[in-house]
Amino acid sequence: MANEPGLSQPLGAHTPGNAELGGHTLKFSGDWILAHYSALDRQATALKARAAGCNPDFSGLGRLDTAGASLMVKLLGSDALISALERAELPNEQRALIQAVSEAMNQPSAEVATVNPVVAFLAETGKKVTSLGQLIWLLAGFIGQTLGTLFYILPRPNRWRWTPFVAALHDTGLNALPIVALLTFLVGAVVAFLGATVLEDFGATIYTVDLVAFSFLREFGVLLAAILLAGRTASAFTAQIGAMKVNEELDAIRTLGLNPVELLVVPRVLAMMFSLPILTFIGMISGMVGGAMVCALALDIPPSQFIAIVERDIALKHFLVGLGKAPVFAFLIAVIGCLEGFKVAGSAQSVGEHTTSSVVQSIFMVILLDSVAALFFMEMGW
Amino acid sequence: MADHPVIQVRALDNRFGSHIVHEKLDLDLYPREILGVVGGSGTGKSVLLRSIVGLNPPSGGHITVFGEDLTELSATERSRYEQRFGVLFQGGALFTSLNLEQNIALPLIEHARLSRAEAEELARMKLALTGLPPEAAKKYPAELSGGMVKRAALARALALDPEILFLDEPTAGLDPIGAAAFDELIVTLRNALGLTVFLVTHDLDTLYTTCDRVAVLSQRKVLVADTLEKVAQTDDRWIQDYFHGPRGRAAIAAHNRLTEQEPG
Repeated sequence: MANEPGLSQPLGAHTPGNAELGGHTLKFSGDWILAHYSALDRQATALKARAAGCNPDFSGLGRLDTAGASLMVKLLGSDALISALERAELPNEQRALIQAVSEAMNQPSAEVATVNPVVAFLAETGKKVTSLGQLIWLLAGFIGQTLGTLFYILPRPNRWRWTPFVAALHDTGLNALPIVALLTFLVGAVVAFLGATVLEDFGATIYTVDLVAFSFLREFGVLLAAILLAGRTASAFTAQIGAMKVNEELDAIRTLGLNPVELLVVPRVLAMMFSLPILTFIGMISGMVGGAMVCALALDIPPSQFIAIVERDIALKHFLVGLGKAPVFAFLIAVIGCLEGFKVAGSAQSVGEHTTSSVVQSIFMVILLDSVAALFFMEMGW
Repeated sequence: MADHPVIQVRALDNRFGSHIVHEKLDLDLYPREILGVVGGSGTGKSVLLRSIVGLNPPSGGHITVFGEDLTELSATERSRYEQRFGVLFQGGALFTSLNLEQNIALPLIEHARLSRAEAEELARMKLALTGLPPEAAKKYPAELSGGMVKRAALARALALDPEILFLDEPTAGLDPIGAAAFDELIVTLRNALGLTVFLVTHDLDTLYTTCDRVAVLSQRKVLVADTLEKVAQTDDRWIQDYFHGPRGRAAIAAHNRLTEQEPG
């Protein structure tokens, strides 16, 4: 067995393979292995036209692997090579190897359909449009399903699932609290600075207080908290439920006669609807604290005066307008996050795609809804 | 056949916290044999496989592969030896974001420095070698049945023409016909490509149809490693239950029927 890859043989010590055409014989020599594949492939392509019908001579052949054998098949064709094998002098292993590779390659290759690029573009556009329509359709259906399940459970306290609800509340509410507080505090400071700079020209820096209070109560408190939760929680919901889908846990829930919407979606949606208003309130307070700090340090408006102006100028309705949007946003974010999780299709890549999609969608929906609400409240004079 | 083992495991220790999986485990793997590794659940069959291929650094002991102690080599040298391994993971572990052709072409492009076209051509050949139809090359792992995933994973394990093939429960989750075809495929490829195969399995039929030797893991070490007949006669409670329980007897009967049908 001279051609056996010796165990003592150091790696990389082999002679490159070669094919030589002499008269009617094609003489193979050297090692026909993966390491020399590119060089051998060039040689095979060059010799191919003249090699047809030649008799292979394997006497000088060194080592051989599947890559080398596939090139021999490419040179001679599998039928010719198999029939030549019977006469050839070869170690049994190499004969079996060439035989196996020849048979494997002796299959009709798959037809690849070519598509006109214009048609492909149109088809792709059509697909995107229908998938957008489907997305809205699915979202509407899923919202209906969630609401249906929610109203079915509400009058039945024995079906309330406290543990997942509290766990989700802890995760979406308490754990998000520091980051929400910090970010709104910073944005509050920034808004106060902005107001101070612009209003100074009119000598109306005192209205910085109104600016901070108005913007945080009506818009920024709820918007910042909602966007943060969309990035933080919607993605987590999608990944959690998506991983369960990949692992067939959702199918297991269904076959056990349980309802995945009731088990997984409702506790998460409710937890979000609880935690976002709380976070919104925290956001409003800490944004105003940020504003007050800037007012105190840069504009010489002491905190006591800040509070007095807020009490005098800002009606309760602004606070209620801001807070009232929170449960709606929370519901949408949670539902989109869960729905994208259900849409995951059995692979790691799909989990990633749907997680991205859930964050983009929920932020988009929050901002869209917020602008519609702003318009509505303005027209209503609230 | 050279009698020098390609893999020598000596005094291998593996523990996770206070849980001891292996203690002073010895095992040899000889060239061109198919070694079946069996043992009850939790006896560390997969941990042994992972230790040998380097995924799970052992707590103690030596693993010599091709005459080199892999734990003492630098990362680049290690990688060169590891290219002579092919591993089939239990779940296939195909990359879900790549189609089958790309899955198999990946190591060829990375290690053998082939162009993409060359690598994909070779990949299609490997897929055909494992018995997959040509149209499967463009499919993604999620579109395949369990049996096809196993075949494709085997094709990827064979991508770099390894000398040693590690199979972790290759027939688990396959139907009996698919499992029998897979057993046959392993033997065919071993004969054709001159592979050495390290096969972790629970499947008695696989043991009877493919393995030259069987190693039984029990009580934190290799209890016995020998031909199937000798192992089956070993006086140990677990081995007796395993080989002479109802499933074991059925596998023996099936094996005897098969060998009677094949004259010569």
